Amino acid sequence: MHNYNIDLEMVKELEDKCVKIRKDLLNFIYRIGMGHLGGELSIVEMCVALYYKYMNYDIKNPGWEERDRLVLSKAHCSETLYTIFSDMGAYTMDYMVEHFETLETAVFGMHSNRLYCPYIEVSAGSLGHGLPIAVGLALGARKQKKNWRTFVITGDGELNEGTNWEALMAGSHYELGNLVCICDKNQVSMTGFTRDVMNIDPLGERIKAFGWDVYEVNGNNMYEVCEVLQNLPPAEPEYRRKPIFIIANTVKGQGVDFMEGDYKWHGGGIAKEELDLALISVEKSRRVR
Amino acid sequence: MAVKTTFNFDQMLSSAREAYGEELFRMAEEGIDFVFTYTDNVAPSSSAGKLLQKYPERCFNFGIAEPNQVGAAAGLALSGLTVFSQVFGPFLSLRAADQIHTDIAYNDVNVRLIGTHSGLTAAGGPTHNTIADLALYRAIPNLTVCVPADADQCCKIIRKSMEFKGPMIIRIDRGGSPNVYEGDYEYQIGKAIETLPGTDLSIISAGSSVYWSMMAAKILKDKHGISARVIDMHTVKPMDTEMLLKCANETGNIVTVEEHSINGGIGGAVAEYLLEAGFNGKFKRIGLPDEFALLGDPDEVYKYYKMDPQGIADQVVALLK
Repeated sequence: MHNYNIDLEMVKELEDKCVKIRKDLLNFIYRIGMGHLGGELSIVEMCVALYYKYMNYDIKNPGWEERDRLVLSKAHCSETLYTIFSDMGAYTMDYMVEHFETLETAVFGMHSNRLYCPYIEVSAGSLGHGLPIAVGLALGARKQKKNWRTFVITGDGELNEGTNWEALMAGSHYELGNLVCICDKNQVSMTGFTRDVMNIDPLGERIKAFGWDVYEVNGNNMYEVCEVLQNLPPAEPEYRRKPIFIIANTVKGQGVDFMEGDYKWHGGGIAKEELDLALISVEKSRRVR
Repeated sequence: MAVKTTFNFDQMLSSAREAYGEELFRMAEEGIDFVFTYTDNVAPSSSAGKLLQKYPERCFNFGIAEPNQVGAAAGLALSGLTVFSQVFGPFLSLRAADQIHTDIAYNDVNVRLIGTHSGLTAAGGPTHNTIADLALYRAIPNLTVCVPADADQCCKIIRKSMEFKGPMIIRIDRGGSPNVYEGDYEYQIGKAIETLPGTDLSIISAGSSVYWSMMAAKILKDKHGISARVIDMHTVKPMDTEMLLKCANETGNIVTVEEHSINGGIGGAVAEYLLEAGFNGKFKRIGLPDEFALLGDPDEVYKYYKMDPQGIADQVVALLK
């Protein structure tokens, strides 16, 4: 990192946006009765920084050819993206609720489908699929001499899947400087701590050994997230260099004190009393600068 | 449709396995836009190798990692490109099944997966046999499955696929197989072709088994006075059910021949459709039985499992007794 010139006003605005997104997300999950709140809350800062600031993206024109692509490989956390698109003006919260897994009128589902929801880049759900697809997207951009960048967000438990390591090999083999993988390292998967389920550490050393440039940040600290995204090397398609891997150290359930770090909030709904407490907790987490 | 077919055993064997590469090379020479991804089994000396040498910027080797290759093919297609993706048949169907299902079919991308060395043709025993792929592909929605009967038809399918929207699998079996067709003819995805007329039974087949079925029909006619119609069901999914009904109505008895397990492939598809349509004639599936094939040279294995022309004819005679 070399450019420390991060606009603090912008950081503050993005932090406030994260508070709003977390509240909207909690309300949405309360209304539809099912989500993956732990992992949806841990990726909020990265997704907000990307969609509101660092990706070339026009919510009014999701098919814009020059847009940057974001592949959400941990697609069970799609509700975070749905909520962000709603806040950006794509549709209302009521529309999300009225079109969530409603058979023939469904636009949204627990795992996102790009054919139903045009803001979604890749239909996914089965883990370990996002990074290989992102490698293809980045190669495709290079082949067509396009300047757009491909981002992919994976989970940390998800890195148990071997396809990620096949794709890590391919990413460095093809020197895809226009590819950025962000690992949401929230330390917790469905049944416990990732270090107990299947240890992936030392993650940074392993990824470096596969030929990627690795940056490690606090993925729930907006300043650090902005710093790493602001200093990405250019995405010129023919610029060959090591692809970028960002280890985003996060807290599962970030922002809601009774969810933080608890695998029991991996999946499920939220009761009214819990929602009220969660909203208070999120408001308390608002950073006052 | 009037098509000319061949019965010349002495002709040069043509190879669909080579033909796909030749056709892709021709298409590249004509300026048709596509990219090609492949595994570590495309030799520079092969016809696809010519494509790699002259058009390296549109060819991507993914080494020995089929799921990643199929996933990346989906990504390339999502970036706006038409993708041909060659994978060794057994590892395409079994190892990359999840990627075919989710990345290719569910995402509805313009990827044409080319599964080479399918059936028993790779030799080397059950690890290298492709016997369950059609069963898998048939159960995945939004997937068109073509099985070329000979090299020339393989070229037609490759070229036709450029106008085709959505995911497609091209299943290539034998490396060398006689031509079924002579001269040019109109090829349509999803429209089966009668390669031999007949009245006593219909043999429904695809891939190189079409030729062996025609040879079997000749034995049946010459030695047993049985008139067998042969159908090239080159599109296994969606299957030409009109042709199935026509055959059932006109010839009564149905036999299927395929280089695949008898479970879940062409035989299964034909049986399922005809049973629901009220078919009550005699019926037989010819293919690999529900066991891992014995070790041996493919030609010997075909004979052992009665999938060669004589074996097919013997099984038909037994059925019609």
